[in-house]
Amino acid sequence: MLGIDDPYVWVAYVLCIASTIICAVYGLITWNRGDEPVVVEDRWA
Amino acid sequence: MLAQTVGLWDILVVLLYLFLTAFLGWVGYRGTKTASDYLVAGRKTHPFIMALSYGATFISTSAIVGFGGVAGKFGMSLLWLTFLNIFVGIFIAFIFLGGRTRQMGHHLDAHTFPELLGRRYQSRFIQVFAGLVIFIFMPLYAAAVLIAGSEFISTAFGISYGAALLIFALVTAAYVVAGGLKGVMYTDTLQGVIMFVGMGLLLVFTYVEIGGVTQGHQTLTDLADLVPAPLAAMGHQGWTAYPQFGFGDKKYDLWWIITSTIVMGVGIGVLAQPQLVVRFMTVKSRRELNRAALIGGIFILMMTGVAFTVGSLSNAYFVKQGALLTGKVVKVVSEEKGHAILGLMKQNDVGQWVEVVDEKTKEGKKAPVVLDKDKPFLDEGAGGTVGRMAQGRSLAIVYAGGNSDQIIPAFITSAMPRWFGLIFMLTLMAAAMSTLSSQFHTLGTGIGRDVFEQVTGGTQPASSTRTIVVVRTGIIVGLIVATTLGYLAHGSDIIVARATAIFFGLCASSFLPAFVGGLFFKRLTKAGAIASMIVGFLTTAFWVLFVKAAEAGSIGLVQHVTGGKTSILADCPNWPVVDPLVVALPLSALTALVVSLLTKPPSEVHVAKCFSPPRAE
Repeated sequence: MLGIDDPYVWVAYVLCIASTIICAVYGLITWNRGDEPVVVEDRWA
Repeated sequence: MLAQTVGLWDILVVLLYLFLTAFLGWVGYRGTKTASDYLVAGRKTHPFIMALSYGATFISTSAIVGFGGVAGKFGMSLLWLTFLNIFVGIFIAFIFLGGRTRQMGHHLDAHTFPELLGRRYQSRFIQVFAGLVIFIFMPLYAAAVLIAGSEFISTAFGISYGAALLIFALVTAAYVVAGGLKGVMYTDTLQGVIMFVGMGLLLVFTYVEIGGVTQGHQTLTDLADLVPAPLAAMGHQGWTAYPQFGFGDKKYDLWWIITSTIVMGVGIGVLAQPQLVVRFMTVKSRRELNRAALIGGIFILMMTGVAFTVGSLSNAYFVKQGALLTGKVVKVVSEEKGHAILGLMKQNDVGQWVEVVDEKTKEGKKAPVVLDKDKPFLDEGAGGTVGRMAQGRSLAIVYAGGNSDQIIPAFITSAMPRWFGLIFMLTLMAAAMSTLSSQFHTLGTGIGRDVFEQVTGGTQPASSTRTIVVVRTGIIVGLIVATTLGYLAHGSDIIVARATAIFFGLCASSFLPAFVGGLFFKRLTKAGAIASMIVGFLTTAFWVLFVKAAEAGSIGLVQHVTGGKTSILADCPNWPVVDPLVVALPLSALTALVVSLLTKPPSEVHVAKCFSPPRAE
């Protein structure tokens, strides 16, 4: 595929692009989710 | 072609970049009003800044020049590391660890990675131990980044290696000392944008130079029979193939080097990098982490994906457009492809051909070449090809003088137009400075916040000014150690990748079980965490000192034990190249589990505080 014969290498190529797409899709789907600031209960003030 | 001199434009562009960096560092300094600002950027960082800061810190000159050079030597199998960089370093880190780290960091009011571990397990020892490990060993990783950046500057612009090293270190330390994490993250963002543009252009230019995607890859695939003999003996099967897999024979060494040290050592080690974990504590909610995952994934693909692809493809460029090498044919590899091994020769002052001698081995230099298509032979010899004077082009590692850290600089200098050399220099300066700044910030807070304050019992207000002084002193000490290491280790074989992998592996073995266990398992005890950290650290130290031949041989302690061998397992094939992580991380995790089951569970009140759900402000 694309001049690369070894499946171990082009599978890595495919996984690189697939994992980037997964990150992007997850980021878009959850773009407005999880907005939960927490109270800092604890001495450094 | 990139000239070997520094022009007015170079100086102006570099000064503009340094001015912008200084300005952003100053903006960070102006916004640093509290300890929280200095240590965790006020916990209100924008997701774009957080993602680019994480990415720019993660990716340094070590990844681009060091590991890119390793790809030039070993091939595209390094793309498995890119996959782990994205899937583990971004997706798992942001989605599964980031949210919990941020939440627990807020609940426990932790400002540093060691402080998070120390407070999670209510252990001063853990915080001090982690702070010391970071302070003592972070300079090793910083030295790797410094070496890689200085290699390019000295090659491309004719500045001495020592001068480039000093400039890098001093400029970076200056704005870290002043600006704290806010200054670091603002400058990271500028540097991340420069890196993204620079690497994008590099990918396009490279494919244009070698005739497109498929043709370029095919050229590289066709070079498989030119793999140098020492690499072929280790299992190298070409630049578009993964090395030969197996165990118990030296021909599998390369598989274990790439898989255990390069791919796993760095790919898994990223999860326990203190300077990256602290960034999860700089955002105010999980939403920022979700958004940052999108930017982070694309950024990392453009960084390591491009660096490893271009590093490998530099071979395809050099065999077509590298400088012609001349010599006598000592072996024909492929008559059909014009592949041969030359005994290199050059003409002396009076025009006679003399053998090129390797300064180290004192033997004649040989190089695998693709014979020149227009004029392969320089003499009119009859009969066989062997023994004839010929000319051809060789592999990237030959043009880099045998030093893989020089492959990317040699490729940029030879293949790219002058103006791109300038952009790429800025890309590397940005990559180096964004990582170095975080390394020095983490190193300083490690010795100041995590060691000095804890040892002196200093959580009282009066100690804070002293702490800041210790932090800044720590940064300066770390800088001196890293620069010295960078000067001494310069030129060793794949030193940048090795030093990076050692630090990543050490952090993973020492911290990862306690860190991940602390985030997900309420039953993990203080004793379990301490035992795990000590076992992970000691196993890694033992492996580096006595088993892993490349490092143990350089340090020299093992030779006193074995009577001159570079590893106590020198007679057992493959073991001397296996990364410490392969042994130390499972042992460390198992120790955490077993000791926790044998000791008293932590107090329910404390566990409830650590794991309490977020509440609206």
